[in-house]
Amino acid sequence: MIEVVDLYKSFKNHEVLRGVNLKVEEGQTLALIGGSGKGKSVLLKLIIGLTKPDRGKILINNQDISKLRGKLLKQLKERCGFVFQGGALFDSLTVFDNVAFPLREKTRMKESQILDTALSELARVGLSGAENKYPSEISGGMKKRVALARCLVMKPEIVLFDEPTTGLDPLTGKAIHKLIRDCQKSLHFTAIMVTHEIPAIFPLVDRVAMLYNGKIIASGTPAEIETSQDPVIHQFVHGELEGPISIQ
Amino acid sequence: MVCFLATAFFWAVFPPYLLRRIVKQINFIGVKTTLVIVLTGTFTGMVLALQTYYALVKFGAETSLGPVLALSLIRELGPVLSALMVTGRAGSALTAEIGIMRISEQIDALDAMALNPYKYLVIPNLLAGIISIPLLNAIFVVVGVWGGYAVAVGLTGVSSGTYFGGIRDFVSAKDILVGLYKSLSFGMLITWISCYKGYFTGYGAEGVSKATTQAVVLSSVTILIWDYFMTSILLT
Ligand SMILES: Nc1ncnc2c1ncn2[C@@H]1O[C@H](COP(=O)(O)OP(=O)(O)O)[C@@H](O)[C@H]1O
Ligand SMILES: [Mg+2]
Repeated sequence: MIEVVDLYKSFKNHEVLRGVNLKVEEGQTLALIGGSGKGKSVLLKLIIGLTKPDRGKILINNQDISKLRGKLLKQLKERCGFVFQGGALFDSLTVFDNVAFPLREKTRMKESQILDTALSELARVGLSGAENKYPSEISGGMKKRVALARCLVMKPEIVLFDEPTTGLDPLTGKAIHKLIRDCQKSLHFTAIMVTHEIPAIFPLVDRVAMLYNGKIIASGTPAEIETSQDPVIHQFVHGELEGPISIQ
Repeated sequence: MVCFLATAFFWAVFPPYLLRRIVKQINFIGVKTTLVIVLTGTFTGMVLALQTYYALVKFGAETSLGPVLALSLIRELGPVLSALMVTGRAGSALTAEIGIMRISEQIDALDAMALNPYKYLVIPNLLAGIISIPLLNAIFVVVGVWGGYAVAVGLTGVSSGTYFGGIRDFVSAKDILVGLYKSLSFGMLITWISCYKGYFTGYGAEGVSKATTQAVVLSSVTILIWDYFMTSILLT
């Protein structure tokens, strides 16, 4: 379970998050929507402890991660996975070595076991045969799949996806969505997914939350969000140019 | 910046030690700079021999060409020039590499896997710098002395015995230690500044290019200033 209570974060004098409240139940998937540059990535990074909040609490299974230090923080991070927007693959390593990296650095598995595990993870995301390519040689969709494989190879309980389909063609995007859904079904992780795929994402998630002006202004089932009468949500979800949201 | 270095050394004490990464960075910073060092070392020795000979002849002291040349290479030019060559060749590349890892979120990815980025990116480079730059300095001095020898014996007619005999008589272990201390500290300075600038780079391609320029300028200036202080302390 992930719970965010009254979270504040600013950079210099630019206030990005102004009191975010959010809750994701065990095993559920939440879609986080909101305008570009409004702090969705910052929120994900706060949740996994990559940056520290100015104020507020982040509870993961009832442990406040902003208060954890050293070993406890490490153990908590080991149970979480993060799929970065650009993939964040190590570009000095091949696709296979990228997926094997967490196994080599974090487990005491034998090399033969690592080979099996990483190859089956690559097969799961449909990348058999691309093991020896470097990240610079593969397409954007493949990079996102490798990033997914690298994250899932550690069997995380919580996975945070930062725009897993942005910049991909509609078909590849759909394939990634299905892949995430299938993985979620077999691994039962709790997930937060930042996405702009509205309304395509709605049938695939349990809940939707919208970030606006540094706050979560609405959180509900996909149907509730889609039919919301709130003018801000309505404008954003239906992609209308006229309305209370000013577009820079 | 001091805090950055202290953090790095703090984590360096704890395992894992990632020896393979250190070896890889020694290859990158050290081995791949060797050719540049050999070239610049040779020509520095050669031009120094010409200039020194020209000056020494005026005092009728051309027989001391060997020791004068060796002393300036060992105490001063070897450490400083090899450090400057490493800055241009490897320091800039380090900053760019770490900076790109920062802006493409690869450093965050390490952190998200609960792996310490200092261990993977900063400490191997610091250690590789401290190990390889003194060795590069040694190569620079040796080829410099030989380059000087070629010019001295070939062009100016100082005899080979005078050249090396003088060096043996006048260069002491203390001079070599001075050069060693200098290049050890330069090794740390270059990798420290380069890693720091890359680690805290600004946004985008422009941020990385700025960080790289700053790393090279700051390293070069710091090397020369620090060199003055080292010299004045070590002479007393
Ligand atoms: N490390 C940082 N330093 C300064 N400003 C940052 C940093 N990270 C993010 N920001 C700012 O925070 C805001 C939100 O960024 P982000 O979370 O990446 O937006 P998005 O919702 O598109 O993911 C942006 O205006 C960005 O400039
Ligand atoms: Mg983002």
